[in-house]
Amino acid sequence: MRGLAFTLAKRLLIIIPVMAAVVTLVFLLIHIVPGDPVRQLVGENATEEQYQAVKAELGLNKPLITQYTDYWQGLLRGDWGTNPITKEPVLKRISARYPATIALALAAMLLAIAISIPLGVTAATHRGSAIDSASTLLALLGISLPGFALGPLLMLIFSVELGLTPVSGAGSPAHLILPALTLGAAMSAILTRIVRSSVLEELNEDYVRTARAKGLPERTVIYKHVLKNGLIPVVTVIGLQFGVLLAGAIITERVFSWPGVGSLLIDSISERDYKLTQGCILVIAATYVLVNTMTDLLYRFLDPRIKVD
Amino acid sequence: MNRVAKFGLAIVIVFMLMAALSPLLASWEKVQSQDLIARLDAPDSAHLMGRDQLGRDVLSRIIYGARVSMLVGLVVVSVSSIVGVLIGSIAGYKGGWVDRIISSFLFNVFLAFPGILLAIAMVAFLGPSVRNLILALSVIGWVGYARLIRAQVLKVREYDYVTAARALGASDFRILLKHILPNSIQPLIVQASLGMAGAILAEAGMSFLGLGVPEPIPSWGKMIDDSREFWFTAPHLFIFPGLMIALAVLAFNFLGDGLRERLDPRQRPR
Repeated sequence: MRGLAFTLAKRLLIIIPVMAAVVTLVFLLIHIVPGDPVRQLVGENATEEQYQAVKAELGLNKPLITQYTDYWQGLLRGDWGTNPITKEPVLKRISARYPATIALALAAMLLAIAISIPLGVTAATHRGSAIDSASTLLALLGISLPGFALGPLLMLIFSVELGLTPVSGAGSPAHLILPALTLGAAMSAILTRIVRSSVLEELNEDYVRTARAKGLPERTVIYKHVLKNGLIPVVTVIGLQFGVLLAGAIITERVFSWPGVGSLLIDSISERDYKLTQGCILVIAATYVLVNTMTDLLYRFLDPRIKVD
Repeated sequence: MNRVAKFGLAIVIVFMLMAALSPLLASWEKVQSQDLIARLDAPDSAHLMGRDQLGRDVLSRIIYGARVSMLVGLVVVSVSSIVGVLIGSIAGYKGGWVDRIISSFLFNVFLAFPGILLAIAMVAFLGPSVRNLILALSVIGWVGYARLIRAQVLKVREYDYVTAARALGASDFRILLKHILPNSIQPLIVQASLGMAGAILAEAGMSFLGLGVPEPIPSWGKMIDDSREFWFTAPHLFIFPGLMIALAVLAFNFLGDGLRERLDPRQRPR
């Protein structure tokens, strides 16, 4: 038990230097620009006073090390900067958009699980059949078709031709269906393959033969015994893929005009709002690190065979 | 190689030829020449993939788009695999604190950013250009190769022939270059093929977000973004580039999987 607690503490502690490095990298990005971010922000026609005012507002007139400590202090105080023109606080804009991104990623994940588990199990139990080949084909399509091609295709079929779902935007649960399907397609594909091979592996185990020999119905054998063991690797992949969904959401949000952090990030780049760009990147990366750490811990709890040291 | 991998290889060759011979297959003038009267025209015998929102020939733009995809893919895979092999083999061979810094810290920092996010961040601050895109995709790509090579080197350095070479007085550099690396490099070929698929997808994604290849160079991802207003009135504008991306990604994945199976029989699907 002490070993387990030690592992937990160690795993959680490793987040600190990684997050510190992430913050440093995000901070440094603005300083590796070959051009002048202040000039790009104020435009060519701004006066020298306006230029200096914005430079001071962004804190870019101070020495690098002071800027770095200021950046850290600001982050920890919850002051992530403001837009130099509209004066809108960065953190406020991000927190208004964050729930939409999480909702989209969660919906995509649930949809992917709902599609892949039955499909993967059926493919494994009917190995070599038409349904197995169909699941392979679907999985290949899911992996290869990018969201910005699949999204418009789904919109064209389900919104424009069939009129079943709204085309884009947000507001109702129906708005979530196509973006979640687009974002979750690749994850469904990967999970289906993993569920299939994991179930196939478990089907050869002795306990399956025992369960069948004692006359259990095949359904119970599969869903009660095989799936329980077969799902362990699947959980890890779900956790790791959730992080991938966060990155994929940037593209899906742009395709469907979904008001999340991803579309805010792209807007911030075209508006040249550097503080906002830094903030969006930081929030997505931090969520990713946390989800991956949680997955790692969950995996250890689920599979007692993994050594605690 | 299995049939699927051969199919992948055939498509890869077609795309590579398309990229290399694009000036012969389509003229740059056709890529650029606008005809607003014929804008959004559906595919016909003269324009097999129709015309875009400015009346430009979609097929010619697709052919030149292959050039961008393949070029960016090849350069990104080459740069990131060279950097990855260098860093990964140092970590694996040296071990100790060098390995701890590289594998526990450096890898984790780069893996703390989900795929394309770091590339977006870099291009956001560097500005969109082919060079910056290649740089950004290489920065996110090297870690995969480095981890792979580190694991291989860790295994191979314990083999008897390495001990024998060391006993004969060979230098670290010679042992690494002549004995360890040639025996560690095989999985890299598989990773490179899968990496091409990833790089093509990433280039198209970045170009779709407006952070990839700038005008006037056509890119499959940018073609889809540029036609956003016409997705439903002229679907050929997103279907053809989308199909090309999917086909290229699929082909490199097929090839990678086929190579893996051939090089490592344990990986054969059940």
